[in-house]
Amino acid sequence: MKLHEYQAKEIFAKYGLPVTPGAVVKHLSEVDEALKRFPNAPWVVKAQIHAGGRGKAGGVKLAKDEVELRNKASDILGMTLVSPQTGPQGKLVKKIFITPAMDYAKELYVSVVLDRGRQCPVILASSEGGTEIEDLAAHKPQAIQKVYVDPILGLEPYQARQLHLNLGLSRDKINQGARIFQDLVRMFLELDLSLVEVNPLVVLKDGDIHCLDAKVAFEDNGLARHKEYASWRDPDEEDARELAAAGHGLSYISLDGNIGCLANGAGLAMATADAIQHFGGSPANFLDVGGSATAKAVTQAFKIILSDTRVKAILVNIFGGIMKCDVIAQGIIEAAKEVGLSLPLVIRLEGTNVEQGKKMLSQSTLHYQFASSMDEAAKSVVRAVQG
Amino acid sequence: MAIFLDKRARVICQGITGSAGLFHSKACRDYGTKMMGGVTPGKGGAEIEGFKVFDTVGEAVEKTGANTTMIFVPALFAADAILEAAAAGIQLIVCITEGIPANDMARVRAVLRYRHPDVRLIGPNCPGIITPGVAKVGIMPGYIHKPGKIGIVSRSGTLTYEAVWQVTQLKLGQSTCIGIGGDPIVGTSHLDTLEAFNADKDTQGVIMIGEIGGTAEEEAAQYVKKHMKKPVAAFIAGATAPPGKRMGHAGAIVSGGKGTAKEKIAALEAAGIVVAESPGEIGSALAAALKGKGRKGKLAPGSGTKKKKKA
Repeated sequence: MKLHEYQAKEIFAKYGLPVTPGAVVKHLSEVDEALKRFPNAPWVVKAQIHAGGRGKAGGVKLAKDEVELRNKASDILGMTLVSPQTGPQGKLVKKIFITPAMDYAKELYVSVVLDRGRQCPVILASSEGGTEIEDLAAHKPQAIQKVYVDPILGLEPYQARQLHLNLGLSRDKINQGARIFQDLVRMFLELDLSLVEVNPLVVLKDGDIHCLDAKVAFEDNGLARHKEYASWRDPDEEDARELAAAGHGLSYISLDGNIGCLANGAGLAMATADAIQHFGGSPANFLDVGGSATAKAVTQAFKIILSDTRVKAILVNIFGGIMKCDVIAQGIIEAAKEVGLSLPLVIRLEGTNVEQGKKMLSQSTLHYQFASSMDEAAKSVVRAVQG
Repeated sequence: MAIFLDKRARVICQGITGSAGLFHSKACRDYGTKMMGGVTPGKGGAEIEGFKVFDTVGEAVEKTGANTTMIFVPALFAADAILEAAAAGIQLIVCITEGIPANDMARVRAVLRYRHPDVRLIGPNCPGIITPGVAKVGIMPGYIHKPGKIGIVSRSGTLTYEAVWQVTQLKLGQSTCIGIGGDPIVGTSHLDTLEAFNADKDTQGVIMIGEIGGTAEEEAAQYVKKHMKKPVAAFIAGATAPPGKRMGHAGAIVSGGKGTAKEKIAALEAAGIVVAESPGEIGSALAAALKGKGRKGKLAPGSGTKKKKKA
């Protein structure tokens, strides 16, 4: 679960990290209130969307006086921001953050993520901040410092001081810098985050180190332990069908095509979408009804697939293990009846009680095509769409 | 022989009084696994469906001689369950539980490295391990497997069953099948499993099923290129996955442009692995690998087997 900058800064402040407070504005009428709290110019007006690359896309503006502040707020609020991370359709800005502008001398980059290979958190840091880390990684990987963190000890003070010096920061501020790096890691570990990013981390004119931006993402599995933050999820930033699916214990991801598909198990669900593409079709979604799918889960899955009007045919691919094929067949028959399915349907069943499952399907009034292998199923559904 | 799991396994289930734990303990026992009982703190002394229940893993080990555990403990308590098993002297820990926070697993892996370097952890978020005809410790349907010579390793559950099924259709059986799990941090990697299959005299060929995210498949490919004496076929799931989206498994995510199916397939092919283009072709990719396709001229000196001649 990603957070907005203003939410991330609230957590940063709890961890004693140096951030500048600001006001969240959802309607232009709220700018007055923001001015009351932060009366001194200049300000920065920042679009609050989850995608990065806001600055270059025009979602971050400096305002030198009150008139300019109102103009910039009006420009950004309600605009559709297109950055490399939003996709070509862009993202509607529904909230802005108004915060006093800081005068700084130097920009750096720091983040904490999980290193899967080493199975521990890693700090990525660079003295070349302000730009996207992906660009830096692609063009100048040697400019990125990596510090591996023992997940039990956290970032040790000596590692933090060394990082401070390696980034070329002033010796006078060694304890301040080290403290910031340690607090970022402490936050990452204590809150079960998947990402903490400060871009840029800046050196202010007076020499202090300051977090000018803040990005936080909770790891979905860890969120169960931090329920107080669950309500911080912004539904505007999520795909409605993905959210609905998650509510039913299904895992759904929207893709660009027109063939709806569902399978049991994440690997099989990915492979099903892959097979459709391999045989010249285009999957509309990834949908995992769970390794031990129930009839009810299958019904919900059908409803979610059919709420996507692009879908022209459906492929069901189930490998019954613990969950028996006859139970799944019953689920498909009931689901099709309940949702009034009229689209071409291809079913592939294999595994436990497959013969009973086939029999139930053939004795029902359901219109479908049966496939005896995964490849055959994918080919059939692609043919059905192509007419 | 087989890898990691053989007839010496004496198995307990942590979380045996939960519905999934009990259901699968019975299924494992029915398959022929030596199920010695289970552990649920606070329910020690009870007996459920013929299984003795203990309060601690230590007690279960002492009373039953257990050396293997299958964990169904809920996600937020599973890290503790793994560490308890390791501390009690369990040698093979199979963690089925899905949804364990990644930082918990980072800590578990660190403790295992420091204190219990010889303990083997499989999973979490995995279907478990089966040595057909001998024992199963996991949730896979036993009957689709047949004893044989093909080793199968996969990050997935049902897609592994698919591969097992296709291998069985070829009238080949399996030496051992392992689901290593779909999380970003797991105890046993593709690489660990390939090393073990390479050393196992009863395994003659291997199927590796990977998916997007991380670099585990690339590391395995490096190993295959340098050391693998046996033919390997593979499939990578997730070619259609958009970047930044978790495809069901916590670990199946393309992030920062890394971990794509395309990159992985290229690395595998460069290592002489036959990669199935569609999931329906896993069996035929294996058949091709067994006939010597893929490894053209790439055999390490001294590793000569029947597949040296090209078709």
